[in-house]
Amino acid sequence: MAGRDWVVWAKPGVFLLCLLPLALTLAQGLGGGLALGANPVETLLHRSGLWTLRMLLLTLALTPLSRALGRPWPIRLRRMLGLFAFFYGMLHLLVYLWLDRALDWPVIVEDLTERPYIIVGMVALVLMSVLALTSTRGWQRRLRRNWKRLHRAVYLIGVLGVLHFLWLVKADLREPLIYAVILGVLLALRLPWGRWRRAWVQSAPAVARRSVSSSR
Amino acid sequence: MLIRKPADIPSSEITPPEVWRARRTFIQGAALGVGAAALAPLGAVASTYPRPGEDEPLTPREFVTGYNNFYEFGTDKGDPAAHAHRLRTRPWSVVVDGECARPGEISIEDMLSGFDQQERIYRLRCVEAWAMVIPWVGFPLGELLARFEPTSRARYVAFETLFDPEQMPGQRRQVLDWPYREGLRIDEAMHPLTLLATGLYGETLPNQNGAPLRLVVPWKYGFKSIKSIVRIRFTAEQPPATWNRMQPDEYGFYANVNPAVDHPRWSQKSHRMIGDGWLAKRRETLPFNGYAEEVAGLYAGMDLRRFY
Repeated sequence: MAGRDWVVWAKPGVFLLCLLPLALTLAQGLGGGLALGANPVETLLHRSGLWTLRMLLLTLALTPLSRALGRPWPIRLRRMLGLFAFFYGMLHLLVYLWLDRALDWPVIVEDLTERPYIIVGMVALVLMSVLALTSTRGWQRRLRRNWKRLHRAVYLIGVLGVLHFLWLVKADLREPLIYAVILGVLLALRLPWGRWRRAWVQSAPAVARRSVSSSR
Repeated sequence: MLIRKPADIPSSEITPPEVWRARRTFIQGAALGVGAAALAPLGAVASTYPRPGEDEPLTPREFVTGYNNFYEFGTDKGDPAAHAHRLRTRPWSVVVDGECARPGEISIEDMLSGFDQQERIYRLRCVEAWAMVIPWVGFPLGELLARFEPTSRARYVAFETLFDPEQMPGQRRQVLDWPYREGLRIDEAMHPLTLLATGLYGETLPNQNGAPLRLVVPWKYGFKSIKSIVRIRFTAEQPPATWNRMQPDEYGFYANVNPAVDHPRWSQKSHRMIGDGWLAKRRETLPFNGYAEEVAGLYAGMDLRRFY
């Protein structure tokens, strides 16, 4: 059994894969030169933000994937990917606070009170922190049924994350819209389609009968 | 030839770019700024326009030509450098018409030979809160406009960029309402700081920077400085401007650099200087991008919070 449990072996590999964007960026940054472009702070901000969103969407894809495959293994990677989304989110926050705003707190407070896209992003990060803190087995046990309710906040985090991206773009909405569509599909897959279909199928003959009778 | 050569200097005496660029680097290294000596071989006319101080060195050329907002070639900052080679800048002419006594057309060659090309080192402040310091080559817009003899009805000047999706692949998508259009009030257009640029760093304007001819209005956000101009028109009414029309609450017609008026979505109080590196602090944005002494008078009595 243990020998066949390949997820245990795959996990470290996935872990290292998730660190790759950070490793590449660090290599570019520390290597000096122009690898991070003309506006390196902007590059770091965008990159960390994009990877937060990507990890989040990957996390959200695991449950539908598990259902589609009829196998549980994607679920076992879910917490790790979720925590990586949180990790890149924290890097994003760090780049913003330290590199972009130089810890200029009055300016940061102004951002957090006046700029909708920053407020929305910050709310998403706070929610992510709560989910990350309560991601352990211990908290799962302590919160019981409420744990699941609490962790449904990940859907809201996804929406806020995409909104944060959409609101900061100047004119070309194509890239954030791609993320919005992917999120939309991942959320739509969670709707109880099966139950609706069954209900529709059951009610269909009745409807058909009624329409036939009314046409007479 | 881009730079008009003074008649009394034979071409054999003109310093090749690699030599004067090395010389310039040396001068900058000596913390002297760009000295008048480095300008002489360009045939540029000495003038008394203001230039940024020693704490604002020239933005490296690879950033000036590699980090561009020129949506005609794509919306990524690297797209213009990657795709602008498709633009054909010869033959090129500009139609000048509208409220003027002598409407007509002028070729880029006639502009290069008919007006003294000067070097102007200006700050460029983008509405996205980053800035550069760029050594432009060009001539005052007012000199060109005067030739067409605007009438008293000419209260504004309208500009238009080339529209040709074959050469400008970014125009195949309706990201903006093509062709790109901008406008100035006539007194802004005639102001000696307002430049028609034909080059930068002493050489012909690279395509991604708006070749062969672009506007440079240093006290306004960069989007006012329209690129690859094919048409200039004198108008009685305020002409439409692309970004202003698209989002009037975010991009005003005037678009003067103003730290007191934030963009609705981000602060304009400070900016990042391209080339400063990733541990550098943001810099304080100045009213009129530091050119208040020269241009603030144009807006005397105007509420700049309303006319942003």
